[in-house]
Amino acid sequence: MNTNYKVSVETSGETAIVYASDYLNKLSGERIERECRRQIDAGCRTIVVNFGETEIVNSIGVSILLGVIDAASGAGARVVFSDVNEDTIELFEMLGLTNHVAIQG
Amino acid sequence: MPENQQKLIHTFGALAELGHEVSQKNNFQEMIRTSLHLLLGALGIMRGGVARYSRFGHELNMLAVRGLGDEFPLSLTICNEDERQFLTNGTVPIEIAQAKVLPFFQIYDRSFAAKKLELLVPLVIRDEIVGVVLLGEKANGEPYSSYDRDIICAMTRHIGVGIAQRNLMAELERRAEENRRLYDDLRMTYKDTVKAFATAIDCKDKYTEGHSVRVGKYSEIIAAELGWDDEQVEGAAVAGYLHDVGKLTVESSIINSPHRINAKETAALNKHPVIGYEILLPIHHPYADVPLAAKYHHERLDGRGYPDELCDRDIPYIAKIVCLADSFDAMTTDRPYKRRRPANEVIEDLQYNAGRQFAPELVTAFCRAMLKEITLETKQKKFRRLLGREYLEADGIVPLLKNALNGMNGTSSLTLVSLD
Ligand SMILES: [Fe+2]
Repeated sequence: MNTNYKVSVETSGETAIVYASDYLNKLSGERIERECRRQIDAGCRTIVVNFGETEIVNSIGVSILLGVIDAASGAGARVVFSDVNEDTIELFEMLGLTNHVAIQG
Repeated sequence: MPENQQKLIHTFGALAELGHEVSQKNNFQEMIRTSLHLLLGALGIMRGGVARYSRFGHELNMLAVRGLGDEFPLSLTICNEDERQFLTNGTVPIEIAQAKVLPFFQIYDRSFAAKKLELLVPLVIRDEIVGVVLLGEKANGEPYSSYDRDIICAMTRHIGVGIAQRNLMAELERRAEENRRLYDDLRMTYKDTVKAFATAIDCKDKYTEGHSVRVGKYSEIIAAELGWDDEQVEGAAVAGYLHDVGKLTVESSIINSPHRINAKETAALNKHPVIGYEILLPIHHPYADVPLAAKYHHERLDGRGYPDELCDRDIPYIAKIVCLADSFDAMTTDRPYKRRRPANEVIEDLQYNAGRQFAPELVTAFCRAMLKEITLETKQKKFRRLLGREYLEADGIVPLLKNALNGMNGTSSLTLVSLD
């Protein structure tokens, strides 16, 4: 596991944008989930996960995103997926992630 | 891309990665966590956990959990009936809602319901339960299809194999450790026995109290100075401890006679090397040559020793070491009708007898070890403890030792032809 990896995050008001990057697909992606939980605990109401630098999402990535969704729904926060490519949208639809998040172009 | 095709690619990707993950010798905890991610992510399952079964405690201990919250029990107990049912069931998903007859599901009903857990998969590998996988609802809200169940079977079997492998490794490590401890115990027992014997031998001879133990220590010093490895050095010490074991059968009156003993008594006493050999031979020693050291420790290089009047090359090396250690102790301790000789005289004796009674390279090694200790080249205090500081650091000892070392160079005319 790459121990130097730092999650990219931008905050503005009650919104946090978290960049999924490629690390989402590895065990190190658990840091993305932890960062989202931290933001929610700090009062963030909308978590935007940006997939601009994420070509594909594998099963580990899906599991981590489900963790983010679970954390958000437990706290009454909203999850938005942005910059998602077409194939990935199809995958999210098929697995039911789109039932829980809003997709932004 | 058609939906079915994409589903296949996604789930088979997860299956392939899981197989790879389990076959790698990675950190076990990370392997289990990754496996759980792969399983949940393959089918879009909101929550779940992997537990390992401990047969001794009849417990399922959670190794990894996702979305089960802080209140979910980390350890679940199962009874014999549950165990039997899980075994018969094999690695196939059990519908938690349909399995309420089993005690296990009755006990944990509330925890399972609170987290909407739907399936429990017993991990059965080679007719043994190694753990379970718990799975919650799917993100799309749909019930598990038969396709989903097939994928779950395949993936959980991999996880089961991963846990079974880990159990096997742990068992192997435990046995190796147990074996090592048993071996250590045996060696300790052997050493204690040897020391007890040495003390018994020394008790018999009231004038030479502690002789066997000291001969053991001097033999150890010589072997270490020769650069032998730890085990060989220990073997030399044991040979020293036991060299006079044959004296146990010699009459105490002969051994403890305050006067010079007569010819008949001498003959009886001189049998002790052979008797010692016969005592030691049937015992299995971890070190070779212990019996031979006892048999030949009174032989001399010039052939004037006993019992077999062997010459240099025929005398076992270990016996030569013990012989030097034995004679040195005899010269440096008080005897019934002789006080111990001063250190300088003893060194001169060793030098004079190198090649006659003693192997010169052993005398060299012995003198070198002594010089190193006196000149503080080594921090060890072995000679000091055995002989006393005053005795050892008498005037003129250092030049005498240096002279002895220069004069002998480890060989003599006698040993040139007879090095083992
Ligand atoms: Fe002896």
